Amino acid sequence: MSEIRPELKYLASHEWLRVESDGTAFVGISDHAQESMGDLVFVETPEVGSTVSAGEEAGVVESVKAASDIYAPVSGEVVAINEELEEAPEAVNNDPYGDGWMFQIKLSDPAELESIELLSADDYVAKVEEEEH
Amino acid sequence: MANKTVLFDKHVEAGAKIVDFGGWDMPINYGSQIEEHNAVRQNAGVFDVSHMTVVDITGDDSQIYLQKLLANDVARLKEDGKALYSGMLKEDGGVIDDLIVYRMDGWYRVVVNCSTREKDLAWMVKQTEGFSVDVNERPEFAMMAVQGPNAREKVAELLGGEQAELIRGLKIFQGKESSGWFIARTGYTGEDGLEIVLPNDAAPAFWQQLLDAGVVACGLGARDTLRLEAGMNLYGSDMDESISPLAAGMGWTIAWEPEDRDFLGRKALEAQKAAGGLPKLVGLVLETRGVLRGHQKVVAEDGSEGEITSGTFSPTLGYSIALARVPKSTGDTAHVEIRGKLHAVKVVRPPFVRNGERVYK
Repeated sequence: MSEIRPELKYLASHEWLRVESDGTAFVGISDHAQESMGDLVFVETPEVGSTVSAGEEAGVVESVKAASDIYAPVSGEVVAINEELEEAPEAVNNDPYGDGWMFQIKLSDPAELESIELLSADDYVAKVEEEEH
Repeated sequence: MANKTVLFDKHVEAGAKIVDFGGWDMPINYGSQIEEHNAVRQNAGVFDVSHMTVVDITGDDSQIYLQKLLANDVARLKEDGKALYSGMLKEDGGVIDDLIVYRMDGWYRVVVNCSTREKDLAWMVKQTEGFSVDVNERPEFAMMAVQGPNAREKVAELLGGEQAELIRGLKIFQGKESSGWFIARTGYTGEDGLEIVLPNDAAPAFWQQLLDAGVVACGLGARDTLRLEAGMNLYGSDMDESISPLAAGMGWTIAWEPEDRDFLGRKALEAQKAAGGLPKLVGLVLETRGVLRGHQKVVAEDGSEGEITSGTFSPTLGYSIALARVPKSTGDTAHVEIRGKLHAVKVVRPPFVRNGERVYK
């Protein structure tokens, strides 16, 4: 069973969101997602300064096996990206919730955090289990 | 209910991620596909390929039967133990399957794909009409591929004795029997190595011995990236019954001489050759970021279009490679459409990697 961190929020499409106290949030993909994709070889993040919208494509991850879109869990401006991933995409496989973070968003509408699309860890566990059966 | 090979429990024990492959529960990887790939390029890896179908052809007419059944000519096998790669074609030239045939002592051993097993066997039996020949599947055998620059020596050391002597003396594309095992210096990775057909009940212990000797367990994921780097076709992706071998990079496997050998599909291939205009199978290289994948559109410089048949990230090269079926006029460069954007690619002659080194120009 893959690791699911209780303090994070998730999208059904397997992104995680970690909200900080300064009104920003970090985005990555879940342990379950990296495990099902296999070895990642490229991570395409949005550009710093660009804006992303909740539920819309913000980047792409490519594994040996397949390409998969990364959706933005919330709307806002991209204030940082994980540049390390350009040279070392395997960080996402090795540490999906830490060194494998992908980008940081400055939230334009904090009310989005209450949206039904954002799953709690428990709801995400249920979703993953449902997929596996 | 999916089929399981005799090594299934060993795979689970080794932490394999299991997927369905042509009706078989098979390991896709045991953690990292790239590490498994690199083990084969640099040292030694072992694949369970027991899902593949071993078929023995016996009887007085074995040779003339196979000369009709296969596009390549078993008469080219000048001594026992030699192996030949061939397509098995329909009358209209479409590829029913690709296979390896070994010349044994008065009979032949054929290894065909798993996903095509039933239609292959039906076709092979149907073609026996008029020949004194028997077609026998051998499900009592497991099959393992041990591949990599150190593979042969590691297996020789483990087995010792007569089998070790056999292994050290094998030429490339040669296989021999010893103490009930069939050991061949063949593979699907572009590295030196062995394919071993052995009794089911001996397989789990031998698998464990290999792992204990530092041979890395490799899944079907690494098998695919290795074969693609080696420029080898995958049935169902790079060719199938709707594709002529002449449009699948298999022209070299068709034995046109002697002219009076009337193999199945010959007339159709001759007509195709005379008509010309068939597309060709080429290699593509994307040296920038992104990954080429099957079914992506290829656009030649003159605007004509083709399609990628297999694509992947090449762990050895660090960028993406593909096989693609493109119009004959395609030159040294082309573009591939990835998620709506055109990317420039080089058009090369496969293989991409042999014996651990880049080989395309």
